[in-house]
Amino acid sequence: MLNNITIGQYFPGDSLLHRMDPRAKIIATTIFVIAIFLAKTPAAYGVVAAFTIGTMLVSRLPLHLMWSAIKPLWVIIAFTMGIHIFTTPGDSFFDYEFIHISEQGIAMGLQMAARLVFLILFSSLLTYTTSPIRLTDGIEHLLNPLRRFGVPAHELAMMMTIALRFIPTLLDETDRIMKAQSARGADFVTGSIIQRAKNMVPLLVPLFISAFRRADELAIAMEARCYRGGVNRTRMKELAITKYDYIGVLAVLIVTAVLAFMWWQA
Amino acid sequence: MPIVLDQVTYTYGAGTPFEKTALKTINLTIEEGEFVGIIGHTGSGKSTLVQHLNGLLHPTTGTVTVNGVDISGKTDEAKQMRHKVGMVFQYPEHQLFEETIAQDIAFGPKNLGLSEDEVDKRVREAMKFVGLDYNTYAERSPFHLSGGQMRRVAIAGVVAMNPDYLVLDEPSAGLDPFGREEIFEEIIKLHKQKGITVILVSHNMEDISRMANRLIVMDKGQAVLDGVPLDIFNNHRQTLQNVGVDVPPVSVMMESLRERGLNVTNRVLTVDDAVNAIFESTGQATRQDAKTNPSTTVNEAVAPTEPSASKNTTTVAFKGAARKTRDKGGKNNVK
Repeated sequence: MLNNITIGQYFPGDSLLHRMDPRAKIIATTIFVIAIFLAKTPAAYGVVAAFTIGTMLVSRLPLHLMWSAIKPLWVIIAFTMGIHIFTTPGDSFFDYEFIHISEQGIAMGLQMAARLVFLILFSSLLTYTTSPIRLTDGIEHLLNPLRRFGVPAHELAMMMTIALRFIPTLLDETDRIMKAQSARGADFVTGSIIQRAKNMVPLLVPLFISAFRRADELAIAMEARCYRGGVNRTRMKELAITKYDYIGVLAVLIVTAVLAFMWWQA
Repeated sequence: MPIVLDQVTYTYGAGTPFEKTALKTINLTIEEGEFVGIIGHTGSGKSTLVQHLNGLLHPTTGTVTVNGVDISGKTDEAKQMRHKVGMVFQYPEHQLFEETIAQDIAFGPKNLGLSEDEVDKRVREAMKFVGLDYNTYAERSPFHLSGGQMRRVAIAGVVAMNPDYLVLDEPSAGLDPFGREEIFEEIIKLHKQKGITVILVSHNMEDISRMANRLIVMDKGQAVLDGVPLDIFNNHRQTLQNVGVDVPPVSVMMESLRERGLNVTNRVLTVDDAVNAIFESTGQATRQDAKTNPSTTVNEAVAPTEPSASKNTTTVAFKGAARKTRDKGGKNNVK
């Protein structure tokens, strides 16, 4: 029941994208995601699509992964598209009673949907090609300059790492407790919403207890190893900027420049 | 009526890159009244197998029937049959959730739709059975108990459903020797007194060997051996070694004694029996002398209860008391 949820979607590989430094990837993704919003004309969307698909090909990930990145969000995409199609005023395309669809509305709806799809696809490339540990490592490094303003960069990264680490463990635990309670006749699937919420109690209470217990044990284990956050810590795997990172960031910058130019022209 | 597994296979994550076959063509019949031990290395499929017995997992191919009813169905009959098979998971105390012990034990019977009186009766029975005094413990929080007591509450919660079959997955994991003894005594009691068919999963050969009258050895999703424990230990040692399962130390010791020329039987499973057999074959002393010999105190500490001896055990509520009755039982048994 729970094993079809993927969290920490990392898909191991050896492509250029996999080899890039997480910091470079995070920066490049952020820039490109913003650049997507510069696209207005079909030609600009063509550029966005070409670059996204090109990056997908470079990542050498199986295509069905891309589909599974979009699948859980298709409701939001459809909803956004619907809102724009039905509410944008303009030249009438279809009218029936209170339903008014304008040509501009259709164009706008498609545009918004395309924007979301590319946004999801591109950012999922980041999580598909970067292991969660490297990702948090990258975030920590990028947040480091903010430390002087009181942002606890290391602690935040540590929290993220620990949270990610325990998601599979807690999923296993949930599965096990669910089975144990089902064996005692608990029913998690049928009944009204309120009844089902009540039925979750035998699952949630043990789950919370075990989460707290694990947190406690982990804290003691870290304490026993003299863990002190942040200062003077060294790493087993240092992050290093390589030529792939320059190539990657440069490629994004060029595409962004092209998009900015097209936006300015339009 | 038996549990029958017919051509059961099970594949985890079918159709994904993480696909893994956990069970390969299992054919198995568990008769009523048996005490079946299932042993195997980590990842041999033993936990997957037992989850099929009460429909927590449905076979990818093949069928599981309890009392002749296919339990993968959604009919009331199938549901009823699933409830005939109680399941105690590893670390069952982690599933406790109610405010009081009595309420937690009542969870299962309540889900069966029994009347309040009947539920209360079942709770009292189950608590008595696992050696928890109703008046003392019923209204206490299950979270303020010791690990061994919590586990007994959890087991009581399953026993209160009055199952015909009871599956226990590593019931002694993480308990101290006393706690283990208590749990095993309870399991033996369930088997002997209530006539429940027990299916015990463990990777500890000693525990299984002294209780089970049938042993199934799992490896790579297949049942490689299935038979009487003594036969398996004495005649299939190589297979056991190949699948990474230890022969019980008692069997190993008896075998090496035989190799060195002592004419001792290898048809023993418990330390007590082994001691008797050795004295018998040397003809030098009797078991009674051994009792007074200080060198056997070690053996006292680890001596497992013979199943037959536990019949005489009336209470396990207090460790000291349990020890005493057990010793008496042991002596009577020798005479």
